[in-house]
Amino acid sequence: MRTNFRSWMLALPLTVVLALFLLLPMVMIFVVSFWGATEFSIYPAFQFDNYSYLFGSSVVWSVFASTLMYTIVTWVVTLVVGFTVAYFLAFHIRDTTTQMGLFLLCTIPFWTSNIIRMISWVPFLGRNGLANQALMGMGITDEPLEWLLFSDFSVILAFVHLYTLFMVVPIFNTMVRIDRSLIEAARDNGASGFQILTNVIIPLTKPGIMIGSIFVVALVMGDFITVRFMSGSQSANVGRLISNDIGLLQYPSAAATSVVLLVTVMIVISIMLRFVNIRKEL
Amino acid sequence: MKKNHYSRRSVLAGASAAAVASAFPAPMIWAQEIKDVTLRQIGTGVSAFNEVAAKVKEDLGFTLEMTALDSDAATQRAATQAGSFDIADIEYWICKKVWPTGNLQAMDVSRITNYDKITSIFKDGKLTPDSTIAQGTAPHTVGFVEGPGSAKFADQSSGWMTLIPTIYNADTLGIRPDLIGRPIESWAELLNPEFKGRASILDISSIGIMDMAMVCEAMGKIQYADKGNMTRDEIDQTIAIFIEAKRAGQFRAFWKTFDESVNLMSSGEVVIQSMWSPAVTAVRSRGMECKFQPLKEGYRSWGGGIGLATHLEGLQLDAAYEYINWYLSGWVGGFLMRQGYYSAAPETSKLFMTDDEWGYWFEGKPAQGDITSPQGAVIETAGAVRDGGSFEERMGHVACWNSVMDENQYMVRKWNEFIAA
Repeated sequence: MRTNFRSWMLALPLTVVLALFLLLPMVMIFVVSFWGATEFSIYPAFQFDNYSYLFGSSVVWSVFASTLMYTIVTWVVTLVVGFTVAYFLAFHIRDTTTQMGLFLLCTIPFWTSNIIRMISWVPFLGRNGLANQALMGMGITDEPLEWLLFSDFSVILAFVHLYTLFMVVPIFNTMVRIDRSLIEAARDNGASGFQILTNVIIPLTKPGIMIGSIFVVALVMGDFITVRFMSGSQSANVGRLISNDIGLLQYPSAAATSVVLLVTVMIVISIMLRFVNIRKEL
Repeated sequence: MKKNHYSRRSVLAGASAAAVASAFPAPMIWAQEIKDVTLRQIGTGVSAFNEVAAKVKEDLGFTLEMTALDSDAATQRAATQAGSFDIADIEYWICKKVWPTGNLQAMDVSRITNYDKITSIFKDGKLTPDSTIAQGTAPHTVGFVEGPGSAKFADQSSGWMTLIPTIYNADTLGIRPDLIGRPIESWAELLNPEFKGRASILDISSIGIMDMAMVCEAMGKIQYADKGNMTRDEIDQTIAIFIEAKRAGQFRAFWKTFDESVNLMSSGEVVIQSMWSPAVTAVRSRGMECKFQPLKEGYRSWGGGIGLATHLEGLQLDAAYEYINWYLSGWVGGFLMRQGYYSAAPETSKLFMTDDEWGYWFEGKPAQGDITSPQGAVIETAGAVRDGGSFEERMGHVACWNSVMDENQYMVRKWNEFIAA
């Protein structure tokens, strides 16, 4: 009884914090998503207008589609890049000091704010930017490439730049904890380098891959500022729909969109968790 | 009686004196207590300058705290957080949205010393007695209410003002003449395929839709009954024309903030776009050619003013009136005129400008010497003439004002479709 009481008390502070600052706001968002709005105010109601607009509008569907497109492409690219970098750090660098040195090198870009990192691409990729000048100087193109900036390409480039580290860290972390004798055993049993990768390393790195993927998916799906800046406001994702609604005082509509986005992200993540039981693997 | 205790009698006397003082504010008490007053002003970035707050402290003695927001955020604050500001520096179309919330109080014009110097555009919509009133949310249509506490806009000047006008301007397209190389005369040029991939429009729906309407009308594709209050049909057609152009790759980017428009223009990404006057000046000060091109169809105009929060009373309210009277007395006007805006009471501003500055900015005369920005940077040299010419030429050719339409919510949804298309 006493230990029971003590453990309840120990769990209480976190429960209270989560209930007040996570659960309650989410419940509020859910409630407000059924409210109505005028130009300048919101009023309590129980109506499905916000949802029926969301599901009835072809624009919303295409915005969700482009959000998913950004997510999937960014996820694939950050996974390939992140896995390669982590693999190199974990298995090709033998010296721990060099390993940690190179790992810290990866984090240097994170010393500046991510908005600055993002905006610094704009002069680089622009019509008269360095990239185009270099390409034309080398005679690869005659005219500046327009699609380098303010396009889906530049949006995904910025996402990859911003979020690859979130892939590198957890993958690297699980890779260094793989027992090296397993790799030696595989080699002794005649496995080729590729077979070791697919049969030993990748299965054992799955938890890291999943954690990195959850970071990237959640960050990309919830983003609005990268898409706005890097597409020159020409593309939309769900985050921008929400921020537009908030800007125009349409809180109920923003709340409804948030609820749908939240459900979408949770579905995506629960699908991912079907493949790996993170708690067991850790 | 102990020194540090007040007697019941002295407390009572003090309380009644305070009550009398707040009912009949006497100048002596004013001067002593005014220093403790702080007024919090929210507003669109166009007129939030630290120089103004510093000058208020110097001239009037109290503290003015300014918060600069974009138009949408300013609307949001004024409509939903009444307690978070004392003075709202907003545009007239925002006033149309916000006034019904009751968060602003009507102002008694008899307390405004320079009321008669305010230009008539803000009183009856006409620059001169024979000019026609432009379309859209013209400031005089939302500038007055029938009395204190009234939510209904008055048809004519009633003596109770919603906003005291501060600055306004006539906007048009900005161009890079060096990269275009030929004269531009019409709004229709924004969608000219010649500028494919090098055009831009601003992504603020209530202003962007007006620029779109100017373009569609200039192209001869749509005839609007009132550009400032479109029907659903007109909105559909307008957005359809622009979605088609967007899909064809006409636009390089859209911009939402002042800086973005400056960067797009000065980097050469864009050669023709919706623009604001100080942004043109900013591009020029970087050594690039940039012109605020007058167009034959006329200007799209906007006006801003300051409104008082409903909760202001007593000394704070007096300070706010003092601030308004100071605002119209000329120093701020001169300061803002040097940014390329117009002041609501031009003749008082003249006192705070040199003859050359007045000639260049207001009368459209060639500059005699260097024209400098309020911060002291040289922006024009002798011989330069302001784009569009004099005050009368520019403000006399306003085709429409920034607006809020009856179908605003529908328009916003269509605007989101345009952005997502």
